[in-house]
Amino acid sequence: MLLELIVVSVIAASTPLLLAAAGELVTERAGVLNLGVEGMMIMGAACGFAGAYFTDSTLLGALCGIAAGAALAAMFAALTLGLAVNQVATRLALTIIGIGISGLIGAGFVGERITPAPHLALPGLSALPFVGSVLFGQDAFVYCSVLLILAIRWFLYRTRPGLVLRAVGDNHASAHALGYPVLRIRLLAVLFGGGCAGLAGAYLSLAYTPFFTAGMTAGRGWIALALVVFASWRPLRLVAGAYLFGAVTILQLHAQGAGMGITPQLMAALPYLATILVLVAISGTRRMAGSTAPASLGVPFVPDR
Amino acid sequence: MAATETVMGKGEPLLRAAGITKRFGTFAANDAVDLDLHPAQIHALLGENGAGKSTLVKIIYGLLQPDAGELRWNGTPVVLSGPAQARALGIGVVFQHFSLFENLTVAENVALGLGPGETLAQVSVRLAEVSRAYGLPLDPAREVWQLSAGERQRIEIIRALMQNPKLLILDEPTAVLTPQEADLLFTVLRRLKDEGRAILYISHKLDEVKRLCDTATILRGGKKVATCDPRQESAGSLARLMVGGNIGDVAVAPHKPAGNPRLILNDVTLLPDDLHGVRLANVSLDVRGGEIFGIAGVAGNGQDELFSVLSGERFAQGEVDVVIDGAAVGHLAITQRRRLGAAFIPEDRLGHGTAPRMKLSDNALLTGHAAGGMVQRGFIVRDAMLATVDRATKVFDVRKARRDPEAVSLSGGNLQKFVVGREILREPGVLVVSQPTWGVDAGAAATIRQALVDLAARGSAVLVISQDLVELTEIADRVAVMFAGQLSQPMAAASASRETLGLLMGGAGMELSYAGA
Repeated sequence: MLLELIVVSVIAASTPLLLAAAGELVTERAGVLNLGVEGMMIMGAACGFAGAYFTDSTLLGALCGIAAGAALAAMFAALTLGLAVNQVATRLALTIIGIGISGLIGAGFVGERITPAPHLALPGLSALPFVGSVLFGQDAFVYCSVLLILAIRWFLYRTRPGLVLRAVGDNHASAHALGYPVLRIRLLAVLFGGGCAGLAGAYLSLAYTPFFTAGMTAGRGWIALALVVFASWRPLRLVAGAYLFGAVTILQLHAQGAGMGITPQLMAALPYLATILVLVAISGTRRMAGSTAPASLGVPFVPDR
Repeated sequence: MAATETVMGKGEPLLRAAGITKRFGTFAANDAVDLDLHPAQIHALLGENGAGKSTLVKIIYGLLQPDAGELRWNGTPVVLSGPAQARALGIGVVFQHFSLFENLTVAENVALGLGPGETLAQVSVRLAEVSRAYGLPLDPAREVWQLSAGERQRIEIIRALMQNPKLLILDEPTAVLTPQEADLLFTVLRRLKDEGRAILYISHKLDEVKRLCDTATILRGGKKVATCDPRQESAGSLARLMVGGNIGDVAVAPHKPAGNPRLILNDVTLLPDDLHGVRLANVSLDVRGGEIFGIAGVAGNGQDELFSVLSGERFAQGEVDVVIDGAAVGHLAITQRRRLGAAFIPEDRLGHGTAPRMKLSDNALLTGHAAGGMVQRGFIVRDAMLATVDRATKVFDVRKARRDPEAVSLSGGNLQKFVVGREILREPGVLVVSQPTWGVDAGAAATIRQALVDLAARGSAVLVISQDLVELTEIADRVAVMFAGQLSQPMAAASASRETLGLLMGGAGMELSYAGA
């Protein structure tokens, strides 16, 4: 029973990371470094909760979250793609705005409750011990995150628009010379990333908790950013990274609960230490292994006329 | 015969550019340029750097819009809003700086250049067919970053050919090729011409243009100065049209480099420090006082690594691997090597050789602080820095708007003259210089080469890394070739033929040269 509980909570802790990182992966593959995942997530959490509160529908709430994340992403796109403002500075500023506005929007909802997102219930299957709750008893967000990864993988490596998107991220000048609309492709990738981050935030306030508090994303957006590097911009590795991180987060809680005699502060730092260690290991092996970051990542594109 | 007619340039041109003008601010990159391109003709576009060749190509390919003038395709006026439209007409371009995607495969790169409608598998099959038909072998599944410059160019050419273009434009295609690879390219181009395609061949290498082209249009300062038959012209007359004056020859005084070795590399082996780097393998050489030692080779064969181990940007494995004037400096940093009388001029003058947004005087300090009176008791001496700028300006004829502008505001040739002057005026005992005249106009190149020759004549050891074989055979006493991180045996520059060097540059003669040693 304890194992089942742990696995279910690992999945729940990993899903928002996976959703947000999946969107950021597509954005970065197009060559845009959107550091504002945290801000878009918290906007998604606030607006998603508000939407679900008024409509009493998880689906409509999630759509509100997606729209809020995409809206903030559109602001980012207008500044960095349209006006070629520095991507890093813009994103940090918009993250702070996102945290602020979400607090404002969410202030009236703190302490309110909504109906949590329903879990799948298949007659017979969901009642199975262990397998039932882990595989057939999750909420829609979890299945959605897995499907999203598979869809992104298919899109990037099996479709022509996916190839064009990777090309834009690798060398925007060449893509422009070949006649591809660099800025439009990047805009779409940024909006997609924003939508995913918004969905991840909505998951937190609609299914994970389910309630809203200011700052409830608690740095998950930053971890999602690290996960993309961790996964070396590959979708399947992203799943491994998100679940590894989720597992460390949950396990350290249980370890604390079991009274292992290690200071809780150190235990709480474990997920972050794990991230750093893996990043170091990756950069050590990557030199010889190929596959690096998209070459135009974070470089603004200004066509000459 | 029809062929004679087209060679003479009669009949309807495939593409006519009339009165093309393009301004960037107040600067006219193209000023009322006319150009007629006919089928089954190789047309050269000649000009110095900055003459407006690339701008004209971008306009023909729809990447830039002209401010005035018009393009006619088969007699019909066309306005090209983008490259897709140019490609649809039948215009293909092979760019000077490859427009390839490093982390994608060959087949993916080609597929991106074609329209939608073909699967990647179909593209791979067709790519293999075309590459076999033209004798340009390529593996569709490899990622581009693993390929040599010659192979990369093949991708671009095949990508262009798979669209079956009526007009193929090549921008400085031989800049990165060995002589043998260039010969293979010329064979392919002649065949394309025989197939009835028009070819626009952009270059500043006169011998190539004379060998290959039927017509030449010469640009200078954005204006068309002549259209002629290059086979009827001498290299000298073409050069005069390009430059607008005579270029002085470098005067090499007969001398015997009999000094002691001042710069020695002992069996240097160095691992690459990044993914796309080259491993240096057992590189040994010695440069004597009074000697210019040339290192030839296609870019990316370890020249960057060699330069950084010489300058001290990277340490050698052993202390005695690098010796400057008898001192083992393998583990000394660049400033300490400068104090021993060495000077280093990297290939990239803007960003590596100078800090772009700093003034010339500050840039003089950046390399000059090690020796010479620019720093006293920890404080910088502005007068000494400005004096260096003034001397370099005077001796090397650096043209600039103000006394002490930012480095980035100088043109490429003038900045290179400043960088070379800054180092040579310190009278270094050992000078290491990489691509001394890359992207520099002919006049500035002659000045720089003369300065290198004069420095050697005063007893210094000069090591020149260059891709330009003409330059090396002109100024170097001995030449060795770098290939895949290895250095060939040095040979006397006077007796080194273009063929021998070319074979070594392609790696073909590497084993031979070691066997013969």
